[in-house]
Amino acid sequence: MTNNEISKFTNLLLHLIFIILTITCLLPIVLVFMISITDYDTIVLNGYQFFPEKFSLEAYSYIFKDYTVIVKAYGVSIFVTVIGTLLSVFISSLYAYPISRTDFKYRGIFAFLIFFTMLFGGGLVPWYMVYTQVLDLKNSVWALIVPMLLSPFNVLIMKTYFQMSVPPALIEASKIDGAGELRTFFRIVFPLSLPVFATIGLFNTLHYWNDWFNSMIFITDTDLYSLQYLMYKMISQADYLSRNGALIQGSATELAKLPGETIRMAMALIGIGPIVLAYPFFQRYFIRGLTLGSIKG
Amino acid sequence: MITQGKRSAVSTVQSQPLRLPAKKGSVFKHLLKHKVLLLMLLPGVVFLLINNYLPMFGIIIAFKNINYVDGILGSPWVGLDNFRFLFATSDAWIITRNTVLYNFVFIILNLVFAVSIAIALNELKNKLAAKFYQSIMFFPYFLSMVVVSYLVFAFLNVEYGFINKGVLSLFGLNELNWYSEPKYWPFILPLINLWKGVGYGCVIYLAAIIGIDSEYYEAALIDGASKWKQILHITIPLIRPVIIITTILAIGGIFRSDFGLFYQTTLNSGALYPTTLVIDTYVYNALINMGNLGMSAAAGLYQSLVGFFLVLGSNWIVRKVDKDQAVF
Repeated sequence: MTNNEISKFTNLLLHLIFIILTITCLLPIVLVFMISITDYDTIVLNGYQFFPEKFSLEAYSYIFKDYTVIVKAYGVSIFVTVIGTLLSVFISSLYAYPISRTDFKYRGIFAFLIFFTMLFGGGLVPWYMVYTQVLDLKNSVWALIVPMLLSPFNVLIMKTYFQMSVPPALIEASKIDGAGELRTFFRIVFPLSLPVFATIGLFNTLHYWNDWFNSMIFITDTDLYSLQYLMYKMISQADYLSRNGALIQGSATELAKLPGETIRMAMALIGIGPIVLAYPFFQRYFIRGLTLGSIKG
Repeated sequence: MITQGKRSAVSTVQSQPLRLPAKKGSVFKHLLKHKVLLLMLLPGVVFLLINNYLPMFGIIIAFKNINYVDGILGSPWVGLDNFRFLFATSDAWIITRNTVLYNFVFIILNLVFAVSIAIALNELKNKLAAKFYQSIMFFPYFLSMVVVSYLVFAFLNVEYGFINKGVLSLFGLNELNWYSEPKYWPFILPLINLWKGVGYGCVIYLAAIIGIDSEYYEAALIDGASKWKQILHITIPLIRPVIIITTILAIGGIFRSDFGLFYQTTLNSGALYPTTLVIDTYVYNALINMGNLGMSAAAGLYQSLVGFFLVLGSNWIVRKVDKDQAVF
């Protein structure tokens, strides 16, 4: 290949633009971090600053002084994410596999059954009533898990992957060797499709971890607050902190000094926490999954 | 997207005539033969029936005056009254306008930025740096809307926010009431949406660009085409199918919106409704805060029906453009 590279100047210019773009992407998080470690009086005086005059770890010490609320919310989030991810990957793959099998005569009906839901739905109101009145899942941890068990998009990705990566001849051979459908699925299809299982698993982990909508409409019991929902409560209700603070401290004089603004931002960082740690790992699979999806259409 | 694959289409066509004679017996035989596959489908089917198909019957709520004593079936029918009330208020117009206009702006902005960034990333000489930039720009996609609402709050908070305290007051300008002034949000919301989504779009276009055969560029180089000309006449035309499909799919969803963006980042502030209320948030507010089941269901059905025809319409267009890319 001859020299088809951009000029040195253009290259430099592009780098400059990208440096600005990446800083823009990170800046808000840096700001929130700086607020969380700022002294409360400094905030009252100067507002939120990137370089505060006085630092303080007061917010974190408040949070960790009475950590039961947060630990509970973390517990709910972790439970919902782990169980939800496992169940949804399992159910999605069990649905995607039969409709990927060309020798399965009724695959068209079942494919239609799921993909039609991408086109038309009953709307939020009837859906809400099914969960609250028919299934009676209000204030149940299952209300945070069940609604996201099966997404047509995930089934689509898995079905395509099975079709592309598992040759029908292999399934045939496995059956001739006397393996049943389940054995073929777990011993042949599953190992050959690990990348798509990882991709969908990570998609689901992210969805479950970041979900707050289901908590918002189904949960009123404070013991079942997920981390995201706790954070939502803290930002949406200005007085939530002070009320909660009263519970924590049990005295009104202490309450007056509660560094609400910094506690809020510290909470936001605690809420981001696990995603930041998992991010490099996540990203690799996500990009692979997305690329897969886009190339196949 | 749902490609059955040529192989399968052929095999079904060939095998069907053979099975036709012994119709009933072969159905049972086939069901029995694939009983394990059917069993595998069972949990998913049960889920779909409860989560997706049962609520479809709930559509009747839109045509009833629901009261809790009589229940859904016993409550009196009111015909199209709920729709009449909905469209008689200015709400129907506002939420429709907001939903469509925001989505339109989002589609254009995200497309232009994602494609430009993907092309520029691909041209960088230092591939390691390119990967680094891409990773960082992808990061906001991983944050929940609740976290995003905190980030926005840090900038826009009236008392302490960075924009008011750090920027406006520095220049001696008046501080602004961001959460009670509707006029700023048509600019703020697209910005947040772009910030959160551009990394995701970029990955898809970058994948398409990397897939382009390098021989095209080598040939163009021999013909003396400049970089700019190569982008214009090779890169963009070759990733056009991806651009068209993502855009048309997005147009199909123009009646739906990112609930989190419109609800969380605006802190559901009532003062902002003229420019921030969309169909999804309207339906939610009518259901939870006002308890108006009938009107909320009517708005939901309006959204579902228009959405349905938009998806069908855009799929019809995809079919015209490129048959293989059609969803059905």
